[in-house]
Amino acid sequence: MIKKIFLLGNPNVGKSVVFSRLTGVKVISSNYPGTTIGISKGYLVAGQERLEVVDLPGTYSLESASKAEDVAASILKEQSKNEIAVISIIDATNLERNLYLTLELIEEGFPVIVCLNMCDEAKHRGVTLDAAKLEGLLKVPVISTCAVTGAGIKLLIERIKEAKAGSRRKVAHQERWQEIGTIVESVQQLTHRHHTFREILEDASIRPLKGLLMAIAVVYASFKIVRFLGEFLINKIFDPLFLNLYQPVLERLSVILGKWGFLHHVLIGDMIGGKIDFKQSLGLLTTAPYIEFAMVLPYIASFYLVLGILEDVGFLPRLAMLLDNILHKLGLHGFAIIPVLLGFGCNVPGILATRVLESRRERFIASTLISIGVPCVPLQAMIFGLLGRFSGFYVAGVYLVLASLWLILGIVLNRVLKGYSPEFLLEIPPYRLPAISAVAQKLFLRVKGFLIEAVPVVMLGVLAVNLLVYFKLFDFITNIFSPVMKHLFGLPKEAIVSIIMGFFRKDVAVGMLIPLGLTAKQLFIATTLLAITFPCIATFVVFLKELGLKDLLKATAIMLATGLIVGTILNFGIIH
Amino acid sequence: MKKISLVKLKAGRKARISAIEGGAALQRRLLSMGIYHGKEVAKLSNFALRGPVTVKVGRSVIALGHGMAGKIIVETE
Repeated sequence: MIKKIFLLGNPNVGKSVVFSRLTGVKVISSNYPGTTIGISKGYLVAGQERLEVVDLPGTYSLESASKAEDVAASILKEQSKNEIAVISIIDATNLERNLYLTLELIEEGFPVIVCLNMCDEAKHRGVTLDAAKLEGLLKVPVISTCAVTGAGIKLLIERIKEAKAGSRRKVAHQERWQEIGTIVESVQQLTHRHHTFREILEDASIRPLKGLLMAIAVVYASFKIVRFLGEFLINKIFDPLFLNLYQPVLERLSVILGKWGFLHHVLIGDMIGGKIDFKQSLGLLTTAPYIEFAMVLPYIASFYLVLGILEDVGFLPRLAMLLDNILHKLGLHGFAIIPVLLGFGCNVPGILATRVLESRRERFIASTLISIGVPCVPLQAMIFGLLGRFSGFYVAGVYLVLASLWLILGIVLNRVLKGYSPEFLLEIPPYRLPAISAVAQKLFLRVKGFLIEAVPVVMLGVLAVNLLVYFKLFDFITNIFSPVMKHLFGLPKEAIVSIIMGFFRKDVAVGMLIPLGLTAKQLFIATTLLAITFPCIATFVVFLKELGLKDLLKATAIMLATGLIVGTILNFGIIH
Repeated sequence: MKKISLVKLKAGRKARISAIEGGAALQRRLLSMGIYHGKEVAKLSNFALRGPVTVKVGRSVIALGHGMAGKIIVETE
């Protein structure tokens, strides 16, 4: 009796898409190996039954190599074989490599059903597979599907019950590959076609020079698009909404509340020149929603849209390959660029994604560099919004400082930490045209995730500051840190409140710098410090969970030292 | 017949793997991706400054770190 269904397959064969199709649970999928680092669970309702479905991280073999791959094998081994079915998902464009894991599964005696996924893509690439013949050879059910469109999924569900343990004896590894060769020869037909434009691009992307030029162009264009879309949303949609529709309502409320008093202070905040100023009033109904929705959300949406497209196209593994030599000097390898890019959205998924790196040493280096040198989108949006008004030069300066920190800290950590960095080994997936529905769904999931996590914290953060101002408790905190702020960093003592707030929300923290009336240089130093010091509390918690207290303390020490040194150098180094 | 490492093999050339000079873990990892003794591979490219080497094995394109590629010995005419 089948109680649970497991989805297993090589990395990047579309397991998560099949999972979404079976269970209706929306999960993030991308075109690179290792998108799924944890396991997702959902339920498949088939007739009267309700079966648990588990999506496992991709692996090439049951004898695993990295931490993420370990997860799949060890979970499967805990199960009792007659209560589960394993759907072995195969990328139909690459039957040969995918069959290895399937044969292992059958040899181990798991009840298997094979899902030949990406059939439409196989057809485009001139690959024809005889599913019936393969079923005869493997002696387990084989179903062709195209999970992105949903073709074949119904048949797959109907036949899950037929999953059965095949009858294969265990063979030596090499013998298994020879057998695979024979199977592939009898079920696969390749039609020779002329090179398509896509294949020409694929070829170019793995040549050193052409690849580099393409990557520079793509990264530059992505950056421009994120900025353009972000600005567009702010200037054309969110700002007008706030100023023309929302502000009059609040002004009315302000009058009702009598323009004064505790409640007015908490909800509306200070009136700046007799009016509500969304950036400076610091009220729960004014500054809090404005920062989140009109300054940060537009950039979150545009960043994740562009990242989602790049992920699905298959650009990231190519970027990883190009950067491997540089990252090697920092004790990492090329694949570390993927957690880093995710970290630019938010440090939390970035640090989680370091699980795809093999060694603990690498994970420590990558996580530390992400928390120190990768500003998240909310912080970047605020930096653009604020510092950008003075000059783009200073904005570039923040990035330049962070990039140098990356190199310096990376090289130092690589020298100091014991151990060596493992080698890069990555399958480069083909370029794929992203499905609009998939990109939209991923964008929706990420924006929703951001709103759920950020909004309550932003509200609380603004409330805390608001109360501190109301009860005049600021002086107490600011006086303690006044010497460091003034003498080392050249900042007014009130800036410490912003740095502390940075522990909760980076965007609110930058927002708090606005009323201080800083010079361009001071703002530059303060925002750079905000980027370097404490990642927000969510990042802290994830760091603790993933790498333990000892590593967290080490990273924190590095972070504080770096912040002090950089702040001081910038203060005394820039003549202005 | 010449035996050289994947790093030394010219881009665009095909060759047969004759040895993998690494530990059991590396051998197993490569094996599960379809890179093993006797397999024919085509080298696609080579990145500067000890960057990765890309090869085509069957229908997959795989990028291997410089050090790893140096441990894979191939036979070529």
